[in-house]
Amino acid sequence: MRTDTLPRPVEAGSRPKRRRGWRYALFYVALSVLAIPFVFPTWWMITSSFKPINEIFAFPPALWPANPTLDGYVRAFTEQPFAQQYLNSLYIAVVVTLGTMLVASLAGYAFARIAFPGQNLLFVVVLIGLLIPSEVTIVPLFQMFNSLGLINTHWPLLLVTTFGAPSVLATFIMRQFFISLPGELEEAARLDGLGRLRMWWQIAMPLAKAALAAVAIFTFLHTWNLYLEPTVYLLSPELFTLPQALTRYTDAYGGAQWNVQLAAATMTAVPVLLVFLVAQRQFVEGLAHTGLKG
Amino acid sequence: MTTTPQALPDRATVRPGSAGARSRRPWFTYRRRDQLAGYLFVAPQLLGIVAFVLVPLGLIGYYSMHEWNVLANTFTFVGADNVERLFTDPKLVPVLQATTVFSVGLVVGNLGLALGLAVLLNRSMRGITAFRAIFFSPVVVSLVAWTIVWGFLLQDDGGINGLLQLIGVEGPNWLREGPTAMASVIVVQIFKNVGLNMVLFLAALQGVPAELHEAARVDGANPRTIFGRITLPLISPTILLTVIITIVGSLQVFAQIAVLTQGGPGVSTTVLVYYLFQQAFEFHRFGYGSTLAILLFLIVLALTIVQWQLRRRWVFYEN
Repeated sequence: MRTDTLPRPVEAGSRPKRRRGWRYALFYVALSVLAIPFVFPTWWMITSSFKPINEIFAFPPALWPANPTLDGYVRAFTEQPFAQQYLNSLYIAVVVTLGTMLVASLAGYAFARIAFPGQNLLFVVVLIGLLIPSEVTIVPLFQMFNSLGLINTHWPLLLVTTFGAPSVLATFIMRQFFISLPGELEEAARLDGLGRLRMWWQIAMPLAKAALAAVAIFTFLHTWNLYLEPTVYLLSPELFTLPQALTRYTDAYGGAQWNVQLAAATMTAVPVLLVFLVAQRQFVEGLAHTGLKG
Repeated sequence: MTTTPQALPDRATVRPGSAGARSRRPWFTYRRRDQLAGYLFVAPQLLGIVAFVLVPLGLIGYYSMHEWNVLANTFTFVGADNVERLFTDPKLVPVLQATTVFSVGLVVGNLGLALGLAVLLNRSMRGITAFRAIFFSPVVVSLVAWTIVWGFLLQDDGGINGLLQLIGVEGPNWLREGPTAMASVIVVQIFKNVGLNMVLFLAALQGVPAELHEAARVDGANPRTIFGRITLPLISPTILLTVIITIVGSLQVFAQIAVLTQGGPGVSTTVLVYYLFQQAFEFHRFGYGSTLAILLFLIVLALTIVQWQLRRRWVFYEN
């Protein structure tokens, strides 16, 4: 994406200066108003997480807590094993991301650069994974893992996400990238006596950093955000992932404990947002050519 | 796009010492070893797809012909009973209605806003990158966290009604009344993901050659005509792509419904995926749940076929 080198729209340059100034100001005002529903929820989440209970629904709504408190944050850890749940989400996302990079780059490399009988057919079989929403297969998958005794473990999340449908997009992206590499690279490697494994690891992979970064970003976010799957597979709070845990901060009557929930939500969302602010370009590119949906 | 990989020439035959010493060609040639490597490389992904996609896909067909009560531990063959139940289910029509309203609302709202934002941001001005980051940022916010905050804002005594009250308007109980509940779920989802389509549109707009605009302007076309006659046709592949991605994505909406409305009030926001989840995992009707999964699968399949057809007929320029 090279938006920074965009040509200025023609109509703006042809106006007299003063009118152009007005138009610019109006333009910024319009953009700022449009930005409100994108920024305000995050702002409201963070500020409200520091509000004591009696300020949560105060009227008029206050943009800043009058008496900030860490009560919500403390209770997030005491009412559920939140640290454990955080660790669960983190290690599952990291393991799945690394696993997907491995599985997808191997398969993508083979589909792009090795000729073997049945290749096209096998590629179509893999692409079926892109067509079928994971919600379609959730019932039989639950039954399969149930009969293996793997319900209420992290195995279904780790296995299905790494090897099943969610990794197909990664394989597709890696294949598209490896196809673009020149063939001479392997010719030279082969004369040096390299096997396919070493060609893949020593020659193709170092060139694929951008594609791997894209795969890593969308796989991590996808796994970090999974909600239906953990809800179906996991029963014990100490095994929960974060999205699942966030919805369980309720009082005895099932009503939401807003300040606790918002504190936990802030701790879930803000670290990823900070990484995004640092590595915006990689995030946008990584997510844009996947069309990933939450 | 579809370059077939070239088979590497057979090295075993030219290697001095091995092929030269014996007159018979060794079976395990370089080419065979290469093919074996190919199979081994794709094996993890392929086995994963077979085990976690194809087998389950076959199983939903098998399950849907059975009545399976997990609590009572009964598994009996019922033939087409579940299909019959599907067509006589009084909730099916409302559920499909809710699914359609959600999908159409989301696609229209999301694409309209995404295109508008992309056009607004498609210029070089100070601070434009910051705005682009702002509109994109909800995409990286955890979906459930985003939904919880909106749920909090949309409470009867929440932030939005508080702001409305400041200007003297009595806001509705957004998530507890049919029409506003559906509208709320759609709007929350639009703001969450519109940044993705916006970025896709921005890339497409930047691919439109500036000379075309210039030429049309010289010919006296006004900006609206230029947009409708030149820009829109040129970015139509992207429009089709985003429409399909957004529709298929909209059929998978689950967390938002589960957190915001639990399908209510009544069944007004019970979309197909949520209904499937309820039947299978709340009422433990795995047979009927599988039948609903087949329905969902058929809808997605139909949309995919429509996409292929449209690609051929409707899209003007393919890169």
